[in-house]
Amino acid sequence: MFAYIIRRVAYALPILIGINILTFYLFFVVNSPDDMARLHLGMKRVTPEAIEKWKGSHGYDKPLFVNHASSGPGQLIDTIFFDKSVKLFAFDFGTSDDGRDISFDIRQRMLPSLAIAIPSLIIGLLVNISFALLMAFFRGTYVDVSGVVLCVVLMSISAMFYIIGGQYLLAKVLRLVPISGFESGLDAIKFIVLPVVIGVVSGIGSGSRWYRTFFLEEAGKDYVRTARAKGLAESLVMFRHILRNALIPIVTGVVAVLPLLFMGSLLLESFFAVPGLGSYTIDAINNQDFAIVRAMVFLGSVLYIIGLIMVDITYTLVDPRVRLT
Amino acid sequence: MIKPVILWTDALIFLLLTAVIVFSVYARGKPHLRAPWQHVLRSRIAASSLVILLAFITTGLLDSLHFRLPLADNGNGKQTHYAVEVLSVLDVLVGPLRTRVEKTYSAPFSTHLFTRENIEQPDGRVLRDFPRLEYAGSHLADPARDRGADILKRSAMASLQTLPAASLLLFGIALLQGRRNGQGTHAALRDILQGRTEIPWRVILVTQSLLLLLLLLAVNLGSAYHILGTDKVGQDVLYQSLKSIRTGLVIGTLTTLVMLPFAVLLGILAGYARGWIDDVVQYVYTTLNSIPHVLLIAAAILMLQVYIANHPELFETTVERADIRLLFLCIILGITSWTGLCRLLRGESLKLREAEYIQAAQSFGVSHGRIITRHILPNVMHVVLITVVLDFSGLVLAEAVLSYVGVGVDPTMNSWGNMINGARLEMAREPVVWWSLLSAFLFMFALVLAANLFSDAVRDAFDPRLRAR
Repeated sequence: MFAYIIRRVAYALPILIGINILTFYLFFVVNSPDDMARLHLGMKRVTPEAIEKWKGSHGYDKPLFVNHASSGPGQLIDTIFFDKSVKLFAFDFGTSDDGRDISFDIRQRMLPSLAIAIPSLIIGLLVNISFALLMAFFRGTYVDVSGVVLCVVLMSISAMFYIIGGQYLLAKVLRLVPISGFESGLDAIKFIVLPVVIGVVSGIGSGSRWYRTFFLEEAGKDYVRTARAKGLAESLVMFRHILRNALIPIVTGVVAVLPLLFMGSLLLESFFAVPGLGSYTIDAINNQDFAIVRAMVFLGSVLYIIGLIMVDITYTLVDPRVRLT
Repeated sequence: MIKPVILWTDALIFLLLTAVIVFSVYARGKPHLRAPWQHVLRSRIAASSLVILLAFITTGLLDSLHFRLPLADNGNGKQTHYAVEVLSVLDVLVGPLRTRVEKTYSAPFSTHLFTRENIEQPDGRVLRDFPRLEYAGSHLADPARDRGADILKRSAMASLQTLPAASLLLFGIALLQGRRNGQGTHAALRDILQGRTEIPWRVILVTQSLLLLLLLLAVNLGSAYHILGTDKVGQDVLYQSLKSIRTGLVIGTLTTLVMLPFAVLLGILAGYARGWIDDVVQYVYTTLNSIPHVLLIAAAILMLQVYIANHPELFETTVERADIRLLFLCIILGITSWTGLCRLLRGESLKLREAEYIQAAQSFGVSHGRIITRHILPNVMHVVLITVVLDFSGLVLAEAVLSYVGVGVDPTMNSWGNMINGARLEMAREPVVWWSLLSAFLFMFALVLAANLFSDAVRDAFDPRLRAR
């Protein structure tokens, strides 16, 4: 098991290097630092001196890959590639384009993101599984058919409508909760409720329909027929046999997204002004802060790969038939 | 003379259209290709969603024929200059919707502006009130009294016009059906009305008639009112929603068109060749998949913005600039979404290469290229088709989110995402400006729901595993 994890981590390394090179290419080769400086300083009446000054203050004034001016290892270390890309592997994100420490910001903003993401995930999971179980229990009947139709209808509504509509209805018309904002400590609860509710509702359509197929797949298997043949009640078959086995794909699916919860939800956080990593990313995109976007790309990729490894480990834990080799 | 403008996305759309037409002509003579489609059409839900989808597609195609009008001749007769504004056939067809621009917000069917303004009375006093709209309801002497009756009259007119048109459709189809089945028009008509035809013509006709009614209502009422209100700069919201159809369709279809060659080629190659090719392909798609999609799209679009800002000379009109951005968005969305299909195809061809007929072909000495094109490709086409159709609605929805994040289509381009984005601030106004959001919602919901229902039917018909059950 331990050897397997080590090998998987080692396998992840080339992928991270690939991501690093790709983002570096996107950010520094497709457009030169000069272009970036011009975008930040405005298009017109930019003197070359101003561009040099901007590049100098943000650390973009070095050569891209090889610094011929230095000697020894400095030839490779004293470059933009080393400064901006290689250091990411040590989770040294550097400073954003407006001079803040990115690592500090990320640590600060992780908790609000999780405060929204974890309850949404847990409640969403419970709701989706119950709904899917209900449809699977009454499969082939009108309950099932209308449930599926409802799912398709819910799926066809953009997440934006759930957010805007929910915000308008619950916060503005009914005044149950504040429209947006965030506070630390227990006061946060009243700010968290609305995003969580909307996050759960917007996921019901696709989630339940997906889980329903898992349940139906299990319900068609031989061991289920055997269970029925030996005279088990349908509810017992459903909860004791089908639910347990269908939980395998559900649990592994959840494990895969667990690490990504740190990244927060882009839409929910920015609509409800939650100071999490999702809104951090959106602000960075809108302010064209390339340093932050680069850091978030790297962080997101690392978390995704961690998720993949965790899925494989979970498989062995929940399904004894799977052996890691 | 008008000057036709062929935008990049226009060219690709019509390329796609040609491909679809060529394929359907080809498939007509092949029963095994026709059968699953007939299965799709037999489903009542799929048939009526197809009618709705076709209505959207027609609008989108009309909106893809672009041209520029010549400016008034300046006399020297040598060289005509053309207006900067790029129009489409749809713009011409909807005529007044585009040109009748009010001052600012006005509610649906309203005859007065949404905000108060200072109005100078004939006797010189200044009154603060809601002024009359310049175009909507301007034919009414006293809007408060006449408006309801006028709207009723126009709606009744539209319904009356729908009847003959719908009956014409019914008789046309009955005539064709009767001739094809050799049963005569009368019998065919009875079968259709009783819903006993193989293809659910009755459902199709009902859907068509409803669409026709909507169209005629829009024509009758739209010529006198702003049915869905006007936006901040007084632009008709119905017009915006109609123009957004093309954007949604382009994102939904061209993205898959762009990604398809890569996904199919690399996926089949990886599964068929195995070895180091498989490793490389797997490495590439795992890497691309690891990057959070929104961030990759954001990074790419930010870079494009920098590029466009630094090379303004490449784009003659704002429409062309917006179009390049749209195309680029499709490409980058394609790059992030091809990985799923590629993985599916790899698995499928790994399975297929061990199949007996492939082994037989190999032992006969058929070349690898021929095995892939003749034997593997046709047998994975159902996977490709199902993925393409299933992806469509997701991409249309993604456009809205991306436009909100600020990395979607150009802000000058009409799109549902931009409409929703603008509606965010409008919802915070007091009283609320709700009609932009509602229109974007209605149009998007209709398109995505129809696409979802249709794709479900396509999946049921093409997936052999589902068909066996």
